[in-house]
Amino acid sequence: MIENVPFFCAGLLVIIGLVVIVTKKDLIKMVMGLALVEAGVNLLLVATGYISGGVAPIFTNAPSTDMVMPTVQAMTLTNIVIGIATTALLLSFVLVIYKKYGTRDVTEMRRLKE
Amino acid sequence: MMDFIIANAPALLIALPMLGAFALPLVGRLGDSARTGWVLGVGLITFVIAALLAWTVLSGGPVLYTFGAASPADALPADSGGIPIRIVFTVDAMSAFMAVFASFVGFITCLYSVASERRSSGKDGYYALMLLLLVGILGMVCTGDLFNFFVFLEINSLAGAALVAYRIDKGVSVEAGLKYGFLSTLAGLMVLYAIALLYGQYDSLNMAVIASRMSYTMLDKVALALFVAGLALKAGAVPLHFWTPDAYSMAPGAVTAFLVVASQAGLYGLFRILFSVYGLTLSYVTVGWAVIILGVLSMFVGVTMAIPQKDVKRLMAYHAVSQSGYMLLGVGVGLVVLGDAAAMDAFGRTAMEGGIFHIVNHAMYKGLLFLTAGAIFLQTGTRNLNKMGGLGHSMKWTMLFFIIGALAIAGIPPFNGFASKLMIYESVFAFSPVIAVIAMVVSILTLASFVKVFHAIFMGPEQPRHADAGEVPKPMLAAMAVLALLTILMGVFPEQIVTTVIAPAADALIDQSAYVATVFGGI
Repeated sequence: MIENVPFFCAGLLVIIGLVVIVTKKDLIKMVMGLALVEAGVNLLLVATGYISGGVAPIFTNAPSTDMVMPTVQAMTLTNIVIGIATTALLLSFVLVIYKKYGTRDVTEMRRLKE
Repeated sequence: MMDFIIANAPALLIALPMLGAFALPLVGRLGDSARTGWVLGVGLITFVIAALLAWTVLSGGPVLYTFGAASPADALPADSGGIPIRIVFTVDAMSAFMAVFASFVGFITCLYSVASERRSSGKDGYYALMLLLLVGILGMVCTGDLFNFFVFLEINSLAGAALVAYRIDKGVSVEAGLKYGFLSTLAGLMVLYAIALLYGQYDSLNMAVIASRMSYTMLDKVALALFVAGLALKAGAVPLHFWTPDAYSMAPGAVTAFLVVASQAGLYGLFRILFSVYGLTLSYVTVGWAVIILGVLSMFVGVTMAIPQKDVKRLMAYHAVSQSGYMLLGVGVGLVVLGDAAAMDAFGRTAMEGGIFHIVNHAMYKGLLFLTAGAIFLQTGTRNLNKMGGLGHSMKWTMLFFIIGALAIAGIPPFNGFASKLMIYESVFAFSPVIAVIAMVVSILTLASFVKVFHAIFMGPEQPRHADAGEVPKPMLAAMAVLALLTILMGVFPEQIVTTVIAPAADALIDQSAYVATVFGGI
């Protein structure tokens, strides 16, 4: 049971992130919700690479069956880098919107519809 | 030299536009003409490489390219224990087909941008993002590795979002860009979650390996749902279409034409996952019907939302949603009869060929329509249909190209939209007459709405406020002319195109074991 906790946490983080995205009206909070979803996905990725009693993949003399697969860690790192890029891009969009409109509240943004 | 290019075509296909994009700030310092030459050169060579690659695939079977291996075809080195351990590109007929027309539309839109963006600032960034968007699309369609697919999906999304928001002066385009970037990232994360679920079970990221081990457990079903939701969001199918009208209408004209292809790369991903990764282990009747329902909804909701629009690009954006429904419908019918060889031969294959043919046709005529809309916006400064009129007097060529695009999207012979729609009608009628009738009604509504648009823009007396709106510059006309010519040619000779390109692409999707065998070397 205890070894499944990371998977539940990952799912929970994704759900919390989605709820934040759907319920919050502030653009920055919505971007934070997206970051939560991303954290959940990263946690799931890292958790899939866990082997009970495994050794770190940098220790090359270990028997190969004892080593934790480094693939997921590489994937997680890649996704963290991509996540930084997306978050930076989205926040810079929010910055421009705030400058032009004077608000970060999504309900007050109606210009696109007109 | 030639052998080297052909042998390394899949890698060059990605590396060349990437080099082109990252070198642009340097090349841009040499002046406008150097930059223009650089962008067009890179675009053209990329297209030539894609065409060479497609020729290799069509004549000699799927191409396997392993990055970092001693030999590109060596995906399974002796000490790997039968598992591909490197990033592998698996280019079969479907991938090659998508790569060819994506790089072609990329080149055409760059050619158009040369004139349409000539007075704008920040051209280095603009072209760099265009080329990066091309990299994203080409990577998505060529890769055989799920995580790599996700990375290229993110490149595609980020470049697309930045391009939508590129003209930030009014703020609305940034709003649209934020929406596009936000939803694309969410779609990407859904896809990554699904990839993690598959990796956790099958210890591999290679699509062919996962396909060969697929056992369709509960987790696989969850992963499938996440894949379908994420990629349908990226492709802009109803009910996940709400970003399309904003993003398509706010982006510059050339970008919109290219964004259509970027969405179709999402559609490609969906088909690849459904057919090549899940294939026959899938409960294909249920999932196939789900895809058909998505398609019919997209068709119908898209066209009914388009009719009341006053903004010409918003209207065309809703039509793009509607047209992607045809592709989903055609391929969905093929998916329903996947396990039934008799039905597949009777109409399933034709339906899939129609759906795939529609992808390229849509890229041509919808690209053409968005380019004409961009030309009209450039000359009049408005997208509002009520403020236009009488432009037929001053923009004769643009009017001609608009007519060709509008007739093609409505499915009137002899234009290409008719050829693919006829294939879809016929085959879907054999499958379910009601759906075929809906598809035809949607076509008629499309025609009605474009007659209205045509009348509003081009007909009527010449208006004094658009008196100085002459014809657009030559590179823009050339870009539109090429697409118009292809729209006609593909409508006049559909038979040849279907047999040489489309049918192999459809077969590549249907035959899952061939896809798996590409990586495992015929086991």
